Amino acid sequence: MKKTFCALFAVCLMMTAGMTSCGEKNITLENPSGTYSQEYAGTTLNVFNWGEYISDGSEGSFDTNAAFEALTGIKVNYMNFESNEAMYAKLKSGAVSYDIVIPSDYMIERLIKEDMVQKLDFSKIDNYKYIDDEYRDLYFDPTNEYSVPYSVGMVGLIYNTTMVEGTPDSWGIMWDAKYADNILTFNNPRDAFAIAQFLLGIDINSTDHAAWDAAAAKLKEQNAVLQARVMDEVFNKMEGENAAIAPYYAGDYLTMADNNPDLAFVYPKEGTNIFVDSLCIPKNAQNYEAALMYINFMLEPEVALANAEYICYASPNTAVIENTEYELYGNEILYPAEDAKPKTQYYHDIDVETRSYYEKLWEDILLDD
Amino acid sequence: MKKKSLAQQILGAPYILWSALFVIVPLVIVVYYAFTDAEGAFTLANVAKLREYKEVFMISIEYSFIATVICLLVSYPFAYLMSRKKGATQRIMMMLVMLPMWMNLLIRTYSWMNILEKNGLINNFLGLFGIEPLKMIGTPGAVIFGMIYNYIPYMILPIYTVMSKIDVSVLEAAEDLGSNSFSKLRRIILPMSMPGVISGFTMVFVPSVSTFYISQKLGGKIMLIGDAIEKQIQSLYNYNLGAALSLVLMVMILICMALMKKFAGDSNDGLIM
Repeated sequence: MKKTFCALFAVCLMMTAGMTSCGEKNITLENPSGTYSQEYAGTTLNVFNWGEYISDGSEGSFDTNAAFEALTGIKVNYMNFESNEAMYAKLKSGAVSYDIVIPSDYMIERLIKEDMVQKLDFSKIDNYKYIDDEYRDLYFDPTNEYSVPYSVGMVGLIYNTTMVEGTPDSWGIMWDAKYADNILTFNNPRDAFAIAQFLLGIDINSTDHAAWDAAAAKLKEQNAVLQARVMDEVFNKMEGENAAIAPYYAGDYLTMADNNPDLAFVYPKEGTNIFVDSLCIPKNAQNYEAALMYINFMLEPEVALANAEYICYASPNTAVIENTEYELYGNEILYPAEDAKPKTQYYHDIDVETRSYYEKLWEDILLDD
Repeated sequence: MKKKSLAQQILGAPYILWSALFVIVPLVIVVYYAFTDAEGAFTLANVAKLREYKEVFMISIEYSFIATVICLLVSYPFAYLMSRKKGATQRIMMMLVMLPMWMNLLIRTYSWMNILEKNGLINNFLGLFGIEPLKMIGTPGAVIFGMIYNYIPYMILPIYTVMSKIDVSVLEAAEDLGSNSFSKLRRIILPMSMPGVISGFTMVFVPSVSTFYISQKLGGKIMLIGDAIEKQIQSLYNYNLGAALSLVLMVMILICMALMKKFAGDSNDGLIM
């Protein structure tokens, strides 16, 4: 009995080790580049971030929040959300006040428009100097007043080289009947539509109903060859060779490829979606000064490095990108060279009317199945 | 009805408050949302839209009914055997029923996903003998199987409870009076265990018909009512249609329970719901 248990335990350990092969170092902050005081010690900072989106000390990695607490005496109350929309609903309801939120581009655009986030005092965020020029002046915050980029990603096509012939370079392969029942797609309307829109050469932020109709017709065609609509299940399905083709985020592909070297990745020629998740301070934050300190802390070269290695997404922080010890230094998928850069488009906040229109179309697509 | 004493009223007050707050109020909110639009104006549009979901409702009922019947067929003899065993054997049988329930439903279902996958455990095993992989994941069979696997303890336990209450001397008396095994089952055990069957039926059917996790993980593109509701609330943010769908689901479940009550007749032994 004991032996069986040990064996089982060993298997479990191996499995978890496999899942998080990215970033397994223990670091304590040695040379903070910013200055941190105990001025706000004893206060609480409510941080609202995506799930699995911070180096949290698991597997011996750097524990970001614990390090911040040790440095400043501020207690971090860390909470997760699953989608921008869920974050927005929580923030809007005002039931809890958050001091830091980390939503994506189009959601920040909406938050600024609706006056739900406040301007940051950049004189207290010295480490902003590390942010790459490419991620400054972004469309949702053109004058860099409200947000500080945290993590960057792009969607690409993941495929299994043993199951797919040749090297696909177009989203079109997701409609190929040859791979019927081996194709996955996103289980959310915006991302699923974007693929059809790129393929048809339609603007992903279009407000034209006819354009959305065309994309919806294309997606209905896809129903016949789809195996399933997935989000996180994509890891299991692609690593286990239960499906051949799936669109997903570049950083997550790296995690999958660690577990199955037959997986390959391409940015389709028609273009793809890029996103930037940025740190913001909501209007009703209770601990503004501590929040600024937290933002500065997140930009610390060591902290940013630990987070970039843990999340495996691209970093907007030059101290990370240019660090030759960075595990993903020069990775051509996360940081494609200038001539290999895919055509990219950001999501913009779409007006309510268009949104409810495409949501209705999405419902039809699901019911059509 | 007997008048309740003051003590009883005081003891009951927290429960009444709790139910009012967390059962009645949410129900009222569901009804409110179902009959209003996004701006809060009265509308029947959500209810009218339910027609498009006819097929979704049909397959949800069909799958969960099949799952419940199979659960019953498997559980009945098992529960009978378990109730007639003693000591260690009975404890082990009980353990086997309870053991999977120590794990979370989500984890259990996720594991089945890996077992039933195209390239999962079963197909890999079959592959050793050169058998072509079977298509299991994404089929109605996988969803029904998931329901059975997850909810079968809720069928076994109530049936077992009523069966263990059947006095052995009653069965002996039946034998003395010349009953054969079949008539013993038909005239004694079956009628006496009916309350357990009905309660098990409800306890399996209700969660099966409203599940969304099982169909999402094991069903590929199969959409049940639970999925439809979950999609409206979680990704389409149409709380109104989501509420209308939930309302119909609740009415359906209530009708089902009322029918069950009717079958049960006066005897309420072992009825949990």
